[in-house]
Amino acid sequence: MSQNQSSSNSFTRRRFLQYSGGLALSGSLLAACAGTGAGGGGTANGNSNLPNLTQWYHQYGEKGTEQAVRSYAKNYTKANVTVKWVAGVGNAYGNSVNTALLGSSAPDIFEQSALSVDQVKQGLLAPLDDIFAAHKDDFLPASVKPFTVNGHVYAIKMLNDPTFIYYRKSMFQKANITKIPTTIDELIDAAKKVSAANNVKSIYIGPDAGVDALHQIAIWASGPQQDLLSADNKVIFNTDRVANMYLKIHELNATGNVLPDATDFWWSINPFLNGSVAMQWCGLWAMPQVVTALKDDFGIFPLPGLDAQSDPATVDGGWAEMVYAKGKNVAAAKAYVESLWIDNATVQKDWNVAYGFHIPPRVSTSAQTDKLKTGPAADAVNILNKYGHSATPYWNAAMETYLEDAVSKILKGGGTASNAKTLLDQAAEKCNTELQKEL
Amino acid sequence: MYSEKKVEPMKSLSTPSQPEIISLRNDTKASRQRIKQQNRKAALVFWCFAGPLILGLTVFFYIPIIWAVVLSFANARATLTPTGFVGFQNYIDMFKDSAFTSSLGTFLLFALFIVPTTFAASLGMALLVNSVKKAQGFFRSVFFLPTACSYVLASAVWRMGIFSGTDSGLANTVLHLFHLNSFDWITTPTPPWFWLVLVTVRLWLQVGIYMIIFVAGLQEIPRELYEASYVDGAKKGWETFRAITFPLLRNASISVLLLNIIAAFQAFDEFYNIMFGGNLSLARPPLVYIYQVAMFNQDFGHGSAGALILTIIIIAFTLLQGRFLGFGKKD
Repeated sequence: MSQNQSSSNSFTRRRFLQYSGGLALSGSLLAACAGTGAGGGGTANGNSNLPNLTQWYHQYGEKGTEQAVRSYAKNYTKANVTVKWVAGVGNAYGNSVNTALLGSSAPDIFEQSALSVDQVKQGLLAPLDDIFAAHKDDFLPASVKPFTVNGHVYAIKMLNDPTFIYYRKSMFQKANITKIPTTIDELIDAAKKVSAANNVKSIYIGPDAGVDALHQIAIWASGPQQDLLSADNKVIFNTDRVANMYLKIHELNATGNVLPDATDFWWSINPFLNGSVAMQWCGLWAMPQVVTALKDDFGIFPLPGLDAQSDPATVDGGWAEMVYAKGKNVAAAKAYVESLWIDNATVQKDWNVAYGFHIPPRVSTSAQTDKLKTGPAADAVNILNKYGHSATPYWNAAMETYLEDAVSKILKGGGTASNAKTLLDQAAEKCNTELQKEL
Repeated sequence: MYSEKKVEPMKSLSTPSQPEIISLRNDTKASRQRIKQQNRKAALVFWCFAGPLILGLTVFFYIPIIWAVVLSFANARATLTPTGFVGFQNYIDMFKDSAFTSSLGTFLLFALFIVPTTFAASLGMALLVNSVKKAQGFFRSVFFLPTACSYVLASAVWRMGIFSGTDSGLANTVLHLFHLNSFDWITTPTPPWFWLVLVTVRLWLQVGIYMIIFVAGLQEIPRELYEASYVDGAKKGWETFRAITFPLLRNASISVLLLNIIAAFQAFDEFYNIMFGGNLSLARPPLVYIYQVAMFNQDFGHGSAGALILTIIIIAFTLLQGRFLGFGKKD
């Protein structure tokens, strides 16, 4: 459920188009295409005097989440809220929402993991300043930044998902590693030691040498002021420090003790749990599983910085609620969003820690959440609060592709610092062209 | 005396009398009406059958195609309504975009692997199946069955079961039997073993359908030709294959080649599912890139331009092969 999760599931659009001609008159298909299907059913109070709202969620994996959102809707007394639980994994949900927003039957309220500046420019998203401004200080800056365009906020975070390295304490002890790595060199050193001492692979950062998991976070961990885009909308990731950080991750891969592939992507904690590795890059969502399997034989730490001048880093990922600006009941939709994610601390705690494991985005709520007060969960909150970063909303999918392509070449191919810098310069140039289209 | 004989006017066989004309007119009218009615009925039946299809084609094919052409000349980000026309700029941008041009390169490389292997494998299997005397239907079905499997499912089996980079992957288990080390089949750019994975999964999935086309072609070749050739001293096997079978399979061969190339251009599912994450940049075919531009980035102007470029390339390939191989021409 991280912001960076890409699809593990295919969307067979091509075949859909091939066969759709013959199925033209199928009512259900037309409804599905228009996004009007009531698939998944809904829960509403059914009071005809109240405004009707539709709310979409992606299919959360944790047991009980669907019942939870339906009960929040049922218990809300100021509108008839119909919840649609949109099936599908990967990008299927985001594509469904984006397609629905282009048509005439968009949901009034929906969650997304990132904001599209183009959708803001098209007037599809309602600004939420009136319900959010008074509480802005109770959210981490990294939870607000990705959803703010020209000073207006267009989404309110529902859950925060930091990512970090899980490590086995017993394996570290066996390798005589007493200090958690704080620089990338220390991580490389620890990887070598822990692998040799325990006869296991040192770390799993995904089957792509860490491209998907680390391409953004490595930038933030490479030094102060290092980012994807600057606050005044300039592409700034093409620096020597960033190039060196990527080369260090290549060096980690080149040690030969990194697990190069697994049947799971990095967001599944299975390789760590089944003892294939001593460390794994994963997210807070996996912590309940780890606690069950390993009790207290594990700890967490963020991606170490490049050197003494840099801080470690993590991403402030997760999901945020948005309101369709052209809906019939925008005010009622905003009021429901406000009641859920601003006013109702009980709902926020329930949603974040009763089913899966996330951090409530309101800092005051997360501080009151008992499950997050001790042990590694408390460490996760601390890591997010101290080292959480996020991209600006101007950072879009096209730029992501350009950066990932460059990072893939560096992480898999290595090369010299100047080669890496050249690849980043080329990517930055493409990103800049794309950025100009958004401004 | 000359008596005047009342001569009856000559009756023309072809000219009907007045009352006849009237009755005939009525008859014609009735029959015309009947014909009209029949025509109407036929038309109604035609529209009942063809109408939904035409409506479906119009709504789901022609309007989107026309709209894609319009969008390809326009700015359309997060909207399907053009927000300003930009001429050929979207096309120029796509050609300048190295990710797109390299995806076309990926296609060429993929086609270079997949087209000849599919052609050879499906022809070989068709020959084998056709030469089997017993249980021919069984073998045809067995080889055809993978066609019914979804690309997504097959990709998952190939990615996680057979060519997983873990020690437990099937391919690596086989390597261990020969005391060889595990390979990272998918994740490393050098050596690019991922091509083996991508080519074999498609080969497994599609070879059956092309085999059926070849089998159909083989069954159309008259037996007498072979018998005549044996009389002339030809030997069974390579000689008859070269002189009779292969030349007479021309139409089947050309359709297999053509369908194969078009299918390669449309490659999506196995790349998307096997190479996802940071591995996609190792081998990203054009359709996946266009999908990323249009669906992830909501840039329908550039996405449409990319799709039309791809369409034009496919049409160009089809026309070129028509010119060189003569598909569609009369023998």
